[in-house]
Amino acid sequence: MDNKVFIAKRVAQMLNDGDVVNLGIGLPTMVANYVPEGITVTFHSENGIMGLGPAPAEGQEDKDIFNAGGSPVTVLPGAKFLDSAESFGIIRGGRVNMSVLGALQVDCRGNLANWCVPGKKVPGMGGAMDLVSGAKEVVLAMEHTAKGNHKILSECTFPLTGKEVVTIIVTEMCVMRVTPNGLLMTELAPGYSVDDVKAATGAPFEVAADLKVMQVPED
Amino acid sequence: MRKITTAKDAVSRIKSGDVVMVGGFLQGGSPERILEALLSDSSATDLTIVNNDTGFDTMNTYKLMEAGRVSKVYATWIGGNSITGSMYLNQPGSVTLVPQGTLAERIRAAGMGIPEFLTPTGVGTIAAEGKESKVIDGKEYLVEKALHGDVAIVHATVADEFGNCYMRGATKNFNALMPAACQYCIVEAEKIVPVGEIDPDLVTVSGIYVDAVVQL
Repeated sequence: MDNKVFIAKRVAQMLNDGDVVNLGIGLPTMVANYVPEGITVTFHSENGIMGLGPAPAEGQEDKDIFNAGGSPVTVLPGAKFLDSAESFGIIRGGRVNMSVLGALQVDCRGNLANWCVPGKKVPGMGGAMDLVSGAKEVVLAMEHTAKGNHKILSECTFPLTGKEVVTIIVTEMCVMRVTPNGLLMTELAPGYSVDDVKAATGAPFEVAADLKVMQVPED
Repeated sequence: MRKITTAKDAVSRIKSGDVVMVGGFLQGGSPERILEALLSDSSATDLTIVNNDTGFDTMNTYKLMEAGRVSKVYATWIGGNSITGSMYLNQPGSVTLVPQGTLAERIRAAGMGIPEFLTPTGVGTIAAEGKESKVIDGKEYLVEKALHGDVAIVHATVADEFGNCYMRGATKNFNALMPAACQYCIVEAEKIVPVGEIDPDLVTVSGIYVDAVVQL
């Protein structure tokens, strides 16, 4: 299974019936494809949609209905459009159960850096700082390394998006939780050893006593 | 009071040095027609632009910047506009990046008569630099100030002759917030209808905030 599909499927298994969820651009967006049967999740798009649906069929795009990446989307029955103040009030007010994002760097205290590569690329934080400080659960859905370079570090070196905000890290290798004592690996993906994860991680982590196999449903 | 006018007449009110709030989110609901008139029919310069993202290189905010008419920017994401990106890197202080919810709330606060507010967003980040913070019930918050503008330029799906606006779908974004935060408001509308045609329940922005309505 493709790494990104594997990660998206595992994150989708963490959703609960009734959750309001915000998915970032890229890999996080794929989570919407794998919502478990029997539960209802409402997707929020911070540019102003509560009740986001899938991308429209070609030729069915509506210029007034788009997501935070500016791409055409649809809305599901029961949706509401929001202005930016209410949309972020929903985030700040604690109504978003889970925010799923990518990362440039994350560290063992749950600090996240994902908006700026100093001196090179400064696209800006957009709504990410609000999402990580307002959402109850902040899940990173990302490949474990950036082409072999560590992304999970003892301490972020890039400017932060949020301080001590990340709660769960899901990669193709493992699931880690951020605890008051640092990182705790709770699941290990088939085909990897604890040493493999250690080699790919730039921070110390504990291994849960009840370490589980990271599993996702087949297609 | 007649509000229906031309784009050229509407932008004649914009002066050099003005803080101009521009609605829209990327291309969605961006008031391109009024920006085009600001570019071609006005010579106002040294402008401060407040916009979510300053758009893409194909859009009119970029062209206004390319013409050297913009000296300051407030935005949340600037990955689509190469001039804003180089201003940020090469002219320190010219581009202020603001978290999106904080930018929205600063604009809303200006319109609603709230001089400052507290938010947890940005604590421990670059967004906290130079700002006062407060701890309430053990949690840290930043003190953020209202952001006022001289002119709002926004896009509406339908406007009536009084300036009431209906903004469809996701085009509400910053378009719905900026009119109340500014001294003067220009609306470009896809369609203009007589007063009374828009169901009061469907008015996104009241005409009391609007000074000029331009047919797209």
